[in-house]
Amino acid sequence: MPELVPATAPRASVPAERANARLRAATRTAFPFLVVGAAWEAVAHAGLFPPRLFPPLESVGAALVRLTASGILPHHVAETLLRLAAGFALAALVGVALGIAMGRSRRAEDIALPLVSIGAPIPGLAYAPLFLLWFGLGNVSAILLVAFVSAFPIVFNTWTGVKAVKDVWVRSAQAMGADNPRLFRLVILPGALPYILTGLRLGLAQAWRILVGVEMLAAVPWGLGWLIFGAREFLNTDVMLAGIAVIAVIGLALENLVFRRLEEFTVVRWGMMA
Amino acid sequence: MSAAGERARSLRRAAVTLLVAAALYEATARSGLFPPALLPTLPAVARTLVATTLDGTMPLHALHTLTRVALGLALAVAAGLPLGILMGRFAAVEGFVLPLASALMPIPSLAWVPVFILWFGLGDTVSILIVFYAALFPMLLNTWSGVRAVNPLWLRAAQAMGADERKLFWKVIMPGASPFIIAGLRQALLRAFIAVIGAEMLAASDWGLGWVIFDAKEFLNTDVMLAALVVIGCIGFVLERLAFGALERATVVRWGMVRAAKE
Amino acid sequence: MTYIELRNVSLTYDTPSRRVPGVDNVSFGIAPSEFLCIVGPSGCGKSTLLNMIAGFLKPTGGEIRIGGKPVTGHGLDRGIVFQDFAQLFPWRTALGNVAFGLEMKGIAKAEREEIARRQLALVKLEAFAHSYPHHLSGGMQQRVAIARALAYNPAVLLMDEPFAALDALTRDDMQRLLAEVWRETRKTIVYVTHNVAEAVFLADRVVVMTPHPGTVQAEVPIRLTRPRDPLSVDFLEHQKELLRHLGGTAAP
Repeated sequence: MPELVPATAPRASVPAERANARLRAATRTAFPFLVVGAAWEAVAHAGLFPPRLFPPLESVGAALVRLTASGILPHHVAETLLRLAAGFALAALVGVALGIAMGRSRRAEDIALPLVSIGAPIPGLAYAPLFLLWFGLGNVSAILLVAFVSAFPIVFNTWTGVKAVKDVWVRSAQAMGADNPRLFRLVILPGALPYILTGLRLGLAQAWRILVGVEMLAAVPWGLGWLIFGAREFLNTDVMLAGIAVIAVIGLALENLVFRRLEEFTVVRWGMMA
Repeated sequence: MSAAGERARSLRRAAVTLLVAAALYEATARSGLFPPALLPTLPAVARTLVATTLDGTMPLHALHTLTRVALGLALAVAAGLPLGILMGRFAAVEGFVLPLASALMPIPSLAWVPVFILWFGLGDTVSILIVFYAALFPMLLNTWSGVRAVNPLWLRAAQAMGADERKLFWKVIMPGASPFIIAGLRQALLRAFIAVIGAEMLAASDWGLGWVIFDAKEFLNTDVMLAALVVIGCIGFVLERLAFGALERATVVRWGMVRAAKE
Repeated sequence: MTYIELRNVSLTYDTPSRRVPGVDNVSFGIAPSEFLCIVGPSGCGKSTLLNMIAGFLKPTGGEIRIGGKPVTGHGLDRGIVFQDFAQLFPWRTALGNVAFGLEMKGIAKAEREEIARRQLALVKLEAFAHSYPHHLSGGMQQRVAIARALAYNPAVLLMDEPFAALDALTRDDMQRLLAEVWRETRKTIVYVTHNVAEAVFLADRVVVMTPHPGTVQAEVPIRLTRPRDPLSVDFLEHQKELLRHLGGTAAP
């Protein structure tokens, strides 16, 4: 994924200059939103569309506040996040284990690869009705489906990473007396880490994308996807947009808080970006 | 063992694995542990697949789905490619578009389905727009990256040889950015396919592979579901391998530029 | 007396079309604490030979003995330095890298770090003990690699064109450093290179190999007192002699 922040921030050495530069950068980032927001407001107030369908930003904001205060929105968020965590954790465990097995053992690779390759080109959500049929409506289906779908990028990237561990590292370690278990723990795992992290990152993004869809389909009683889908009945576009805003924030937080930090602590520090 | 021998052995192992998996499935399906409605036997699925193909319904569904993908993708390219190029060339455009794109990207395309349904009603429009949304970002960002990644040395060499702005663009920047653009197109296509299935399930409009699966659930037609999954899998496979392998091979690989754009 | 002995060593490759002899019937011996260089053009089998001594490749014919015992795979009696300076583990600091072999030996942490520090001092990098490899230059990384290979005190040091990827000035520095390290540690060193001047500078004896198939063309002792002056007449004479042996073997 290309780095989204262009490296144009000026380097100032004086604190006042630096604060000034930061303020300018912040304004520059906010500017497009202000423009779009103003345009939206103009259209909403122009009366071209019924306010129910095209709510002005104040309504969306009010819906956001209303739902948060009543505790409804936090409940939806909590349910969604729990499902995400459960599904992703499952995918991570199984996916990394399988990827490592495939990378280390030709036999495991020959057995698992055809099965994984067959499942891969099918969009995750296509499995949803099947899962619903087999496991019923509700949390179990949702979590299993999320786990199933997000496991694919994790398996592929881990497998690639294990195979890509530099031969020169393995040889050096062996020459220094590393036996297989230590080779694995001290060389293969850290060596494959950039790829594993990429896989986990892609898996989390997949899980997130699919979860929202699954919540819409699986008619779970709580969850952001359901919130948005259900709001359709009463034409509550303001609730929908509020929900979408929350989804955006969570998506951003997942990317920046979880993965950036993890990467910075490991592969960036070691100069090993994949 | 030689390379060809290794490949042959892998293929044989793959075939064995698939046969074993299929056999296990059959055994479970026939064992009576699960109702046949939930776990149809492979012959039953095959029969349904053949029947729906012959009577034309499955191909028609596939056609609807693919048309939506094509239209949505075309829109995404029409919007994303020029915009990405502008972003790469002009800092002002980049400064305006990038924050917006960063804010919109983490929103799964399906989240917009209910809003779009309210605005455009059930039907093709919603599916196409969802595909457009899903395909836009990979197209936009990869094109942007590609233009930025054009080696300044190439630009300088071309300018030294007398290239003007337009020639520079068509003969240096576009070919130079092409590995990234193709990577973007590939990602956009995959995202488009994923999005269309979900959109069809939710914006139920009578035709489309996603709709088939969803509808089959209501009537416990698991054989139809699995048949449709097979079709989806084949299409996905074809899309991924053939369409892009060939395109990449004809341009980027031939120029030895593949290393430039691995995502 | 010989410490490392190669007797009729051969290695044939199986390609889809036919069997290619990589190394054919190579025999020579290496005395303890001797600095031996193997010189030859690309494809002469010198790296293959080194890999066989290291135990990464098995000869298809003949045998290799170290200290009287046949070589069966890799072992802690040999340290190896590759050409690729990415051979260091990027997830470990310089100290962590150098201590790896000691860790494998089961030595306690405090003692490991002490020994590792001393090794880094030997290659003049004590100040960078806690730096990660990607912060070090190519020459520095190779120095860490040498320290790492020496840390667990192997009797033999195997080096495969370790300075070939460095710029000329750094290479000269590294050659001088290696000569110093050898003088202080008295390891038996087997050093592979295609650079004739480098061989004359470092070696007690040079084995010249020619390709197609890889065979020993000559064994040339270098009888120059150290420190050696690369610009002296004797030095150039030795170079010329080696080049003569390599002469009529231009690669096709």
